[in-house]
Amino acid sequence: MSQTERRIYNPAVECISRDELHKLQGERLVKTVKREYENVPVYRARMDAAGVKPEDIRGLEDLKYLPFMEKTDLRDYYPFQLFASPKKDIIRIQGSSGTTGKPIVSGYTRNDIEVWSEMMARTLTAAGCTDEDIVQVTYGLGLFTGGFGAYQGADKLGAMVIPMSSGNTQRQITMMKDLGTTILCCTPSYATYLGETIREMGIDPAKDLKLKAGCFGAEPWTEEMRVRIEQLLNIDACDIYGLTEIAGPGVAFECLEKHGMHINEDHVIAEIINPTTGEQLPYGMPGELVFTTITKTGMPMLRYRTHDICTLTDDKCRCGRTLARMGRITGRTDDMLVIRGVNVFPSQIESVLVGADGVAPHYMLVVDRVNSSDTLEVQVELTEDMFGDTVSHIENVRKYITGQIKSVVGIASKVTLVAPKSIPRSEGKAKRVIDKRNLH
Amino acid sequence: MFIKQISVFLENHPGALREMTELLGKGGVDMLALSVADTQNFGIIRIIVSSDQIDPAVEALRANGYIAKVNHVICAEVPDRPLGLCELLALVEKAGLSVEYMYSFLRASRPGEAALILRFSNGEKAAKLFQMNSIKTLSQEDVDGM
Repeated sequence: MSQTERRIYNPAVECISRDELHKLQGERLVKTVKREYENVPVYRARMDAAGVKPEDIRGLEDLKYLPFMEKTDLRDYYPFQLFASPKKDIIRIQGSSGTTGKPIVSGYTRNDIEVWSEMMARTLTAAGCTDEDIVQVTYGLGLFTGGFGAYQGADKLGAMVIPMSSGNTQRQITMMKDLGTTILCCTPSYATYLGETIREMGIDPAKDLKLKAGCFGAEPWTEEMRVRIEQLLNIDACDIYGLTEIAGPGVAFECLEKHGMHINEDHVIAEIINPTTGEQLPYGMPGELVFTTITKTGMPMLRYRTHDICTLTDDKCRCGRTLARMGRITGRTDDMLVIRGVNVFPSQIESVLVGADGVAPHYMLVVDRVNSSDTLEVQVELTEDMFGDTVSHIENVRKYITGQIKSVVGIASKVTLVAPKSIPRSEGKAKRVIDKRNLH
Repeated sequence: MFIKQISVFLENHPGALREMTELLGKGGVDMLALSVADTQNFGIIRIIVSSDQIDPAVEALRANGYIAKVNHVICAEVPDRPLGLCELLALVEKAGLSVEYMYSFLRASRPGEAALILRFSNGEKAAKLFQMNSIKTLSQEDVDGM
């Protein structure tokens, strides 16, 4: 068996032709819509209100006619009203505490646990895991899907699982060393912390540990963090994506090419939509990620809006998989601005400003309305890279940035270069936008 | 031939230049030449100091959040009389060069001579031009001795 084959858990599906995949997705969608309409009164009422009957959905191309589902639906119809199977068929509840108000829960039938396990088995395999590996699960094992997801996937592969759950760093490191953990599953921030602690303790991962790869998710992270984790722990660090509403971790996963996350498209359909109008956007365009489950029976979700911003691509990956890939989550629709009718994400502006060192300078977007027309000012703190001793040099930098913003975002802006540290810093999450339009 | 210059980015707000010169002055930096280029939104300050003061000045500026860079400029002497500068500029023009900016030292390098700091569109070509026409340019040592 070749190296490539060994790294693909289910080649028949993961390397399926796009045409065959779309046919399969269409068939499964039709079934799911029928099931949902017949068993979930809440969603039936919504389809009726939208004037859509199950028989109107005949294939993948009809997906766009279905109404969306939102996180608020999971709260409003908590705990059981979105279940599409009788309670006796539900064998697991997972959920999230939610930072405000009611928790949300998802119900899984035996089929759903099997589907989720398969998705995680593919995920781990793509990071290089086999039945000879020792997988340390450092995601919390509980209502949170991280721990059980990783456990089930590794179990399905026949790997040796150490279900550590989260916390107790010293014990994590002891077990890692004594048992010879080869695959680590945790959040990227915890992986960084583990790595730093390991280094402080004088442990050399290359000599003293057997780690080779990690599957890190449950929070957004950056390429710089990947480089840092890979250096600290001497491993390949792969990004994974998932959400309780859809299954859990493993909805999408990176292979060792580390070039976007493959979506398990035989189980979910991914769309990118314009968050304002709801219309579907072509691959390559940034927008809101929307998922439809097509194999789940416990709590199927049709067109569930994640509010995460990313892009999709179906360019063939060097790993051989044909499954489409999603890029890193670059923001939330909550951060989106509508300026002169155009959707603008601060992350798009940030991507323009990233310098040769991979870091964007501090910036602030000031949106205003002058003579009933929206204006966008982009204040950018000057860096040494941008500075020169002539006015024309700085003017050229300013014009370059203005041009780049225009080409990436599609609207004209006024770029102002300001002195370092002159834009106010905020505690915690950086404040990037001042909207003076008083539209609310 | 070339001398070192510190350039600093300043935002246009009242007191900005005073704050910066205060910082340098308190650090014992003696400015031999200074120019202020301003636009609507920002200014570029260019400063010549003796070579031993360059690093301390740049470090102090950066430590206080300024963007500062060291670059190279030409310092040429022209006779301190009417048309002194004009003759030099005619030479530059004929050679197809242009002056990007220019300012002068706060004190004379020698009696009867004015020392100018010049940035050209092509510094190397300007340096050769001055050499061929026996126009005296100051070296870093000359500046240190001022």
